[in-house]
Amino acid sequence: MHKLYHQIDNISGSVVTLRADGVKNKELAEIDSRTGTSLAQVIKLAGDEVTLQVFAGARGIATDAQVRFLGHPMQVPFGDELLGRVFTGSAKPRDNGPDLTMNPTDIGTPSVNPAKRIIPRNMVRTGIPMIDVFNTLVESQKLPIFARAGEPYNDLLARIALQAEVDIIILGGMGLKHDDYLAFRDTLDASGALSRTVMFVHTAADPVVECMLVPDVSLAVAEQFALKGKRVLVLLTDMTSFADAMKEIAITMEQIPSNRGYPGDLYSQLAARYEKAVDFEGAGSITILAVTTMPGDDVTHPVPDNTGYITEGQFYLRNGRIEPFGSLSRLKQQVNKDTREDHRTIMDAMIKLYAQYKDAAEKQSMGFRMSEWDRKLLRYGALFEEKMMDLSVNIPLEQALDLGWQILATCFEPMETGIPSKMADRFWPKS
Amino acid sequence: MKKTTGKVTGVNGNMITVAFTGAVAQNEVGYACIPDGDRTLRLMSEIVRIRDGVADLQVFEDTRDLKVGDVLDFSGDMLAAELGPGLLGRVYDGLLNPLPELAEQCGFFLQRGTYLPSLDRATKWDFTPKAAVGDRLTAGETVGVVPEGVYTHRIMIPFAWRGVYTVKQVMPAGAYTVEDTVAIVTDAQGVEREVKLMQKWPVKLPINCYAERLRPTETLSTGIRSVDTFFPVAVGGTYCVPGPFGAGKTVIQHQTSQYADVDIVIVAACGERAGEVVETLREFPELTDPKTGRTLMDRTVIICNTSSMPVAAREASVYTAVTLAGYYRQMGLNVLLLADSTSRWAQALREMSGRLEEIPGDEAFPAYLESVIAGFYERAGRVRLKDGSIGSVTIGGTVSPAGGNFDEPVTQATLKVVGAFHGLSRARSDARRFPAIDPLDSWSKYRSVIEQNRVENLRGILRKGADVEQMMKVVGEEGTAMEDFIMFLKKELIDAVYLQQNAFNDVDASSSVDRQKASFDVLETVVSETYAYTDKGEARRAFLQLQQAFIDWNNTPMGGADYDTRRAAVLQLVTEAPHA
Repeated sequence: MHKLYHQIDNISGSVVTLRADGVKNKELAEIDSRTGTSLAQVIKLAGDEVTLQVFAGARGIATDAQVRFLGHPMQVPFGDELLGRVFTGSAKPRDNGPDLTMNPTDIGTPSVNPAKRIIPRNMVRTGIPMIDVFNTLVESQKLPIFARAGEPYNDLLARIALQAEVDIIILGGMGLKHDDYLAFRDTLDASGALSRTVMFVHTAADPVVECMLVPDVSLAVAEQFALKGKRVLVLLTDMTSFADAMKEIAITMEQIPSNRGYPGDLYSQLAARYEKAVDFEGAGSITILAVTTMPGDDVTHPVPDNTGYITEGQFYLRNGRIEPFGSLSRLKQQVNKDTREDHRTIMDAMIKLYAQYKDAAEKQSMGFRMSEWDRKLLRYGALFEEKMMDLSVNIPLEQALDLGWQILATCFEPMETGIPSKMADRFWPKS
Repeated sequence: MKKTTGKVTGVNGNMITVAFTGAVAQNEVGYACIPDGDRTLRLMSEIVRIRDGVADLQVFEDTRDLKVGDVLDFSGDMLAAELGPGLLGRVYDGLLNPLPELAEQCGFFLQRGTYLPSLDRATKWDFTPKAAVGDRLTAGETVGVVPEGVYTHRIMIPFAWRGVYTVKQVMPAGAYTVEDTVAIVTDAQGVEREVKLMQKWPVKLPINCYAERLRPTETLSTGIRSVDTFFPVAVGGTYCVPGPFGAGKTVIQHQTSQYADVDIVIVAACGERAGEVVETLREFPELTDPKTGRTLMDRTVIICNTSSMPVAAREASVYTAVTLAGYYRQMGLNVLLLADSTSRWAQALREMSGRLEEIPGDEAFPAYLESVIAGFYERAGRVRLKDGSIGSVTIGGTVSPAGGNFDEPVTQATLKVVGAFHGLSRARSDARRFPAIDPLDSWSKYRSVIEQNRVENLRGILRKGADVEQMMKVVGEEGTAMEDFIMFLKKELIDAVYLQQNAFNDVDASSSVDRQKASFDVLETVVSETYAYTDKGEARRAFLQLQQAFIDWNNTPMGGADYDTRRAAVLQLVTEAPHA
């Protein structure tokens, strides 16, 4: 039934074109050439000219390579057998385990009907005060971690993965350094978490098209687990590599670039992935944490910029700490009203004062005389950074809130903090 | 009209090229047919260009599995919305498919090729005739009415009908479905036409069936102090809210949709997060509209084409939304359309333009971006209808500028055509000063709820205080004169107690016009005083105390027991302060 073609007309980058008929858009094909067999996907049809994107790259593909269309789009196997395994972006084993073919599931499936979504309601406790108190992580949330290259973002990701209460972890690695990949695997293995983890890893040396597939295969698997009632945490690192892979393909395809060479649909492409985060009514959920490295530490770079508009907040990782400014969990309001009564009060007051501390610190660095108020702020800032911001602090939320009141009481009078009198009367520590 | 069919000759993303024989129209809708076992998947698409006898269509769905040679079925019509009773309280996608009903049919996911009627065909509406036999009516004039919630829903001569019609027969009062005929009219040539409860209107064309367009002069109360007092919006006006991500655009929109003093709110979630729509969708049926005593959902229509839904339908969604707004304006109602975000819509235009290989303009946006944006905002307006009643459409659009930089094409094109600009600043949102509407950069051409000179007076303090703040960064607090320092403290006070508003506090979330006037009076008294502090620490403490007292007052319900006491407490502090 599947017809074979032997005549490739154009090869450019990882994109090839040939003449064929009866081919469906987004259909998968298998290309046999001297260097081996690779999957490829149809990305454009014009008359009888078919454009294919070759997953393994076009290197070594001959014009007489054998092309066989498979009649179905890209699929990924699904089942509990996936747990503990490591795959490539095209869902081939990366470890020494067997190739899996059960329950082939389409990737890039349609979007969830907004009417079937529910308001997120479960806090995900991490034991990190900068997250739990100030920017609470919520089940079904999608949050990026914005960081410069060189920040310990993968460590943070791994730590959240270990401490967060979820059933399944899917790790999608894009453009990972090989040793980072091993580090992830070892950390998860050491804590016993590997047995509930599926990894789809594209390392920097692998073909670029596979990088583009990683989020889709990861999320397709996550979705299947979630539909079976599992709470799934998807960790993606690094989404900037994914965007760069898209850029590479788009330029090869001679698309008109919009901003710094990225394709015009960058926002839609990123959104299609991030929007897979969901809490299914009567089933499980998908929570997405994704690292987005900021080239040049510039948040206005198209990738972090578009990401920020899609995700429900962001964490900024700077100098090994989660920055209180700019970091935001949009869904925190859904859960922090039910944690403890003083949660929001502490959250607001401490950040406002920390902002003032920053101003005072700037004044100090410029050599101005410090007023009494400035000195109070400086003392506060130092305490805050030491006891709250340090990433090694690992305490439950309630303890962190108590600590907050203590820090405030050490430095200020209740009135100076802007806390409504009603709250201060109740919670201000009596010395 | 004879229907045209064509054959697909190319597929590129969501754009397809189709060779056809016969006639087609620009913006005509067609269906790409994918054979799928024993049934056919029909994907809705719209002609965006015709060149050399080949049509380019944007497909409103995923084009997976489409192949060269597949049939394209042209419909002969432009993309049209069904207008009639039963739209209120509903949730639709950009093509006006009801989402909850789709969910019933398809489950968790949006299956492509499934289209449902926007209006329920079975519901019966209580029709009361208003026109009499022999009446001569034109498009947009009332034949009869049906009640829809608390509103009187007018059944009108369809907007698309040209000329004058003579009423030949009106059906008696009774229950009718949207497809039932309620009147028969004849045109100038004596040809009979049937008026039903439902009509269709092509969404990309403005509805112009009114007597005249009026100037927007009344202030629309949104409950947000910073907006109503400093940067007001007019009933029938337009405004935009640009801001970087995380600056609180959506919270402002949400607050406005909840508290704005209008009859009907159309929320167009255009290419934004699904989660945000869900909040509205789940909360509004629980919240009570103080004006009508019914739920907020009863006055709301949600058009929802979130970021992961197909891009072409996103482009259509803003037009669908503004069409519904225009329709309810024809009932003599005040309608507020909130579009979040217009940048996503512009990006949808850009994606399509790229696929069409048009010559790109600034940042690869198409050259016609400005005229398209202007055309959209111009569909707002306050109008006098043919029967003399007044209706309005107010449009508020958020803009998501790349990198938070307002110099980008979408923000600039929008600023040219709107009447108010609420620019959100990253600095304010980082300092948790919400709403983050920048008090110095924003502007409005509409009238405030407070007298203009008094507002200007306070803005003057804000400006001078900000100047002092800048200066203090250079010369330090000790290098600042006491007078200047107090100016800075006054600015901080205005900011903290008036501009900032806690959207998550039940009382403070919305401030009525009366309350704003009361607050403004007291605030004006406080900042007009000359204070004679000798020590800056002392002055700061005193102002913080004032701020505290004022915020406590803000959080007290108006008319509640403590309201007057808390107000007096603020004024007491002013009296006690040292004066020159």
